[in-house]
Amino acid sequence: MTTKPAVLAEGLHKSYGKTHALRGLDLTVQAGTVLGVLGPNGAGKTTAVRILATLLTPDSGHAEVAGFDVVRQANKVRAAIGLAGQYAAVDEYLTGFENIEMVGRLYHVPRAACRRRADELLERFDLVEAGGRPVKTYSGGMRRRLDLAASLVVSPPVLFLDEPTTGLDPRSRLSMWEIISELVREGTTLLLTTQYLEEADQLADRIAVIDEGLVIAEGTADELKSKVGGDHLEIVVRKGGDLAAAARALRPHLCAEPDIVPELRRVGGPVPGGAALLPEVVRALDAAGVPLEDLSVRRPSLDDVFLALTGKKTSTDDVEKEAA
Amino acid sequence: MTTASVIAPAERAALTAGAGRHGKLYWALADAWVLCWRNIVQLPRMPELLVFSIIQPVMFVLLFRFVFGNAIQVPGGNYVNFLMAGIFVQTVAFGSVGTGIGLAEDLHKGIIDRFRSLPMARSAVLVGRTMSDIIRNGISVAAMLIVGLLVGFRPDNTWWAYLAAAGLLMLFSFAFSWISAVIGLSVKTVEAAQSGGFIWLFPLTFCSTAFVPLDQLPSWMQGFAEYQPVSVTVTAVRGLTMDYPVGNSAWLSLAWSIGILAVFVPFAVRRYRRAAAR
Repeated sequence: MTTKPAVLAEGLHKSYGKTHALRGLDLTVQAGTVLGVLGPNGAGKTTAVRILATLLTPDSGHAEVAGFDVVRQANKVRAAIGLAGQYAAVDEYLTGFENIEMVGRLYHVPRAACRRRADELLERFDLVEAGGRPVKTYSGGMRRRLDLAASLVVSPPVLFLDEPTTGLDPRSRLSMWEIISELVREGTTLLLTTQYLEEADQLADRIAVIDEGLVIAEGTADELKSKVGGDHLEIVVRKGGDLAAAARALRPHLCAEPDIVPELRRVGGPVPGGAALLPEVVRALDAAGVPLEDLSVRRPSLDDVFLALTGKKTSTDDVEKEAA
Repeated sequence: MTTASVIAPAERAALTAGAGRHGKLYWALADAWVLCWRNIVQLPRMPELLVFSIIQPVMFVLLFRFVFGNAIQVPGGNYVNFLMAGIFVQTVAFGSVGTGIGLAEDLHKGIIDRFRSLPMARSAVLVGRTMSDIIRNGISVAAMLIVGLLVGFRPDNTWWAYLAAAGLLMLFSFAFSWISAVIGLSVKTVEAAQSGGFIWLFPLTFCSTAFVPLDQLPSWMQGFAEYQPVSVTVTAVRGLTMDYPVGNSAWLSLAWSIGILAVFVPFAVRRYRRAAAR
């Protein structure tokens, strides 16, 4: 069966003066699936979402959401989408309830139905107690939840979430993930942008990696991981002085030159065989007389993918720091 | 956990069925009303804003009534009766600055993005804001009226004339709000909307007949002061609340307000499109 994709972008270009935010971006999201758009700050993620959500007009290219053209049928698109962003777009001085009610009425939902939906959504997003308080008293995580709740008033078939967890503390991030996964299970089509590889890995069916306004890789998380090749071996030696000897012992087993990080007393590199190789490696290190502190084989993370694709580190380090 | 966030397509259809039932104009007004309601609900939640916007004109009333007024000769001899029309117009002129500040705040807080992603009328953000500012200005004028009555202001005309004066003031307030909207949408920060919104109002309100009769202003200023929008509106409101001649000032005020709206409404709409689409 060939159904129209819920979101389709072809050759989107957008420039601000001399800055090219998008340079021919293509994206497709099939109905009922989640596309994670992954990229560093300034890659063009937000610009792409703003075009798809009718906030910006592309310089050239074409995009359809829910079967409608985002430029020529903007109002039909708006009636079919929900948008929640990194800057929670809620009114500080209204209560949570009033915010949802207002958004519902602007979707042209009758007043009584707006109020019923507001009650339901506040309950669902664990904001019942806060629902009667002005939003300025809310925490960051509560604002994001309210922002998301407001975008769900008419239960739009297509949802755009622009960096929904950027800047949240780890606990709020987890609770956002739970809510988002549930929405997805219930069949919402979702386009999610994120700088966090972990987030894309957790939530998305397919991932589009974008950099400097272009999609540089697309596929499932596993497909992307297999692009950077096999597993990754890492050892940590007990004494810094053993690093050279350890590297010498490992070299024949690795597919590339060993990567040495003296500060962490770590040697590592890609291996062809995976875990089956471990006994051999241990024997080689034993023969070289190198006492080990740690040894591991892991599948490449999306960080490795991103590094391999762009030659740039991602911001995941920050996440780990925050989470620690 | 209940699954309230996603609902059946049939229920979704029922929620949005209302949209097709009315025409564009209906929804433009309905959407503007929702945003007007939002701005009005906010007012008592930031009392400092309303209080400061009332305290300032109260100071003017007291200063002019008890300090400067004694030095100004007015026809009829009772300065407070001369003064209050000037205070009313100054209050709504200064109050209109709030329009630009409010729009600048909305732009910077990202809630405009939310509005623009909804299937609502494009005009609603501007119309809702300027509508609610008429109401806000109305509250300030009512407060001035009470203060005026307390310090000796005794209006003396028919209810029809009072109604006409109130109507002219409202229209003037609405027109100046659109000028302020253009300023608020053109500047980069909320602070600039505030100071930029006030600066040009000082010469306009003081080089006018608001506080001093025309013949006591320097002669080179009189030509400007006689026909500028603040003066003609002050003269009209003064004539409609007290025993002063109205002349053609009411018509001139009407013409100014309509003329300002004709220029600044499309100007503000263009500015809004540009500012919001960043």
